[in-house]
Amino acid sequence: MRVLAAMSGGVDSAVAAARAVAAGYDVTGVHLALARNPQTYRTGARGCCTLEDSRDARRAADVIGIPFYVWDMADRFHEDVVDDFVAEYAAGRTPNPCLRCNEKIKFAAVLDRAVALGFDAVVTGHHARLGADGLLRRSVDLAKDQSYVLAVLTREQLDRSIFPLGDSTKAQVRAEAAERGLAVADKPDSHDICFIADGDTRGFLAGRLGEAPGEVVDASTGAVVGSHSGAYAYTVGQRRGLHLDRPAPDGRPRYVLSITPKTNTVTVGPAEALDVSDVHAVRPVWTGGARPDAPVECEVQLRAHGDVVPATVALDGDRLHAELRRPVRGVAAGQAVVAYRPDPAGDVVLGSATITG
Amino acid sequence: MAYLDHAATTPMLDEALEAYVATAREVGNASSLHAAGRRARRRVEESREQVAAVLGARPSEVIFTGGGTESDNLAVKGIFWARRSARPDRRRVVSSAVEHHAVLDAVDWLSQHEGAEVGWLPVDAVGRLDPQTLRAELAAHADQVAVVTAMWANNEVGTVQPVAELAAVAAEHGVPFHTDAIQAVGQVPVDFGASGVAALTVTGHKLGGPTGVGALLLARDVPATPLLHGGGQERDIRSGTLDTAGIVAFAVAVETAVKGQQEYAARVAALRDDLIERVRQAVPEVIYNGDPTDRLPGNAHFSFPGCEGDALLLLLDAQGIACSTGSACSAGVAQPSHVLLAMGADDDRARSSLRFTLGHTSTQADIDALIAALPAAVDRARRAAALRTPR
Repeated sequence: MRVLAAMSGGVDSAVAAARAVAAGYDVTGVHLALARNPQTYRTGARGCCTLEDSRDARRAADVIGIPFYVWDMADRFHEDVVDDFVAEYAAGRTPNPCLRCNEKIKFAAVLDRAVALGFDAVVTGHHARLGADGLLRRSVDLAKDQSYVLAVLTREQLDRSIFPLGDSTKAQVRAEAAERGLAVADKPDSHDICFIADGDTRGFLAGRLGEAPGEVVDASTGAVVGSHSGAYAYTVGQRRGLHLDRPAPDGRPRYVLSITPKTNTVTVGPAEALDVSDVHAVRPVWTGGARPDAPVECEVQLRAHGDVVPATVALDGDRLHAELRRPVRGVAAGQAVVAYRPDPAGDVVLGSATITG
Repeated sequence: MAYLDHAATTPMLDEALEAYVATAREVGNASSLHAAGRRARRRVEESREQVAAVLGARPSEVIFTGGGTESDNLAVKGIFWARRSARPDRRRVVSSAVEHHAVLDAVDWLSQHEGAEVGWLPVDAVGRLDPQTLRAELAAHADQVAVVTAMWANNEVGTVQPVAELAAVAAEHGVPFHTDAIQAVGQVPVDFGASGVAALTVTGHKLGGPTGVGALLLARDVPATPLLHGGGQERDIRSGTLDTAGIVAFAVAVETAVKGQQEYAARVAALRDDLIERVRQAVPEVIYNGDPTDRLPGNAHFSFPGCEGDALLLLLDAQGIACSTGSACSAGVAQPSHVLLAMGADDDRARSSLRFTLGHTSTQADIDALIAALPAAVDRARRAAALRTPR
């Protein structure tokens, strides 16, 4: 079987490619060039799109002994991930660009090209389990589990995906990289958003969307309690950086409750007003078995590395509704709701959808 | 493996490799005064004479360098600096649009950092320069031109330029003319003196010598400011301890390649013509790029409509066939070839290109292997390219 290993230049994808070779696959390594201008992306250990990362990936492929190429996906990445990221914030939502990259780039544009070129599957270094039963499960390393950002993948995409790392902890992956003589063994983990070089999301958005001064309004009184330079820069549940002119009457901290792009208003209020028990979402994907007709008792996760809560999930056409057993604070539109079925062999991803409110 | 990328680098000739190893075993810095140094010096000077003799130069016109990129930079920047410092208003560089990046980027650098103005000479649809465009350029700007540079033969599409005519035009205006002859030496007749050029770049590893050694042939009356300062070797134009073994092997390779050029060209051109014919039969819609007659004997360059060169390369590589997209790699990402674009190709045609180059070790079996693998690769590459969303 011919497989294409997506190699970011990090330790995970290098070990994943090596394991695919060990498993007997005919492996070709590909580094995805995602930056139109590599200098503007994160450098060194923090990113996955720089020249240094490309060299690290090439070096790992040499050591593993597989062919290696660089594929230019910069235009697609820009349109499907970066522009989408900006548009989502502009619409008052909070996108997850890693999830979008998996959905549109790694397991779509790259996978489709690979299949057209005669490959059978794509191998990545994601920490998640995908076994012979075709079910996507959490990694054994719960701290590194990436099933949340993979839950958007369809059955067809999962059928052509191989995740060799799901049964290993990050520490085991690093140890194996060292044993295999891969120089990236102790390369620090990447963090945050690869296309925002300095980590300043607000500054990045301001550069794209421009300054748009507006009012910060108290939810209960309707009073203007502050100002902002762009509602798009706020996320539901955010407490820091509000710079309110007047303290709340009760002296308790206030949080962003909602963002209204139409009026460019940020609405704030007390923490308890953030509590959500009903989550509505659209564009559901269901891969943990047949799409259910009746409501399903399961667990849901509402953001990357977020808490897991018991819930009843119901599908209705293009909509998904999750009724939470206990309220969750700070649910942001644009994030994914992922439904899991608890399982001793690794919690199973049932499905996911994009939160609207 | 079918190695069809000799223009990237070609295997060392046995005689060059043997000369290299034999010389590398001997100690001696060619600048030292003792017997070991004198022996090294003698080897270097004999090599200089050897190179000069077969390339129609005087020994004193041969400046050994670390290879083609260095020679190109030395010629373009060195002559520019020297002539501008003699006359500050002389800060124009004239260059063809299809140069190798070693020239192109040196010219760009002068424009960005040294206030150089650049006159770009266009090429026609086969990548050929017209001496009349140089004539017009010099008629308008001769007083301001520090240096003219145009390659002898194009590394991507193989087109051989009318260098003697271009050099004559430059000479009429008293402007030094540099030519990058890296792809030409050993492939087509090259005579420095007879061509009338002021400076000529040649490198070892494209003609069976080692990588990392080359020469700039520089006429005695052409001033050049050094890039490297130090011990004052090579007429004080190129400092650095002489690479005796590399120079000896380089000289052997140059002599062998130039003396064998006619026989080589006839044999390789026959193979190349067979390759072209059979590629056309296998993929009828293929576009053959470059000058059909004034062309390097080992070069075949095609656009495969509806394919991406990158994808074809990957698929052929998997079948053990080595070729090139011929495009420059910046940031590891293939850019559409500036040569194809200068020839009037659109972005898609430029990206759909592959270069096959033959050399002294090429055989009929290499071509058979390519033809066996090509149709399936083109089919697959087409399917992959069809996925691209319209931009």
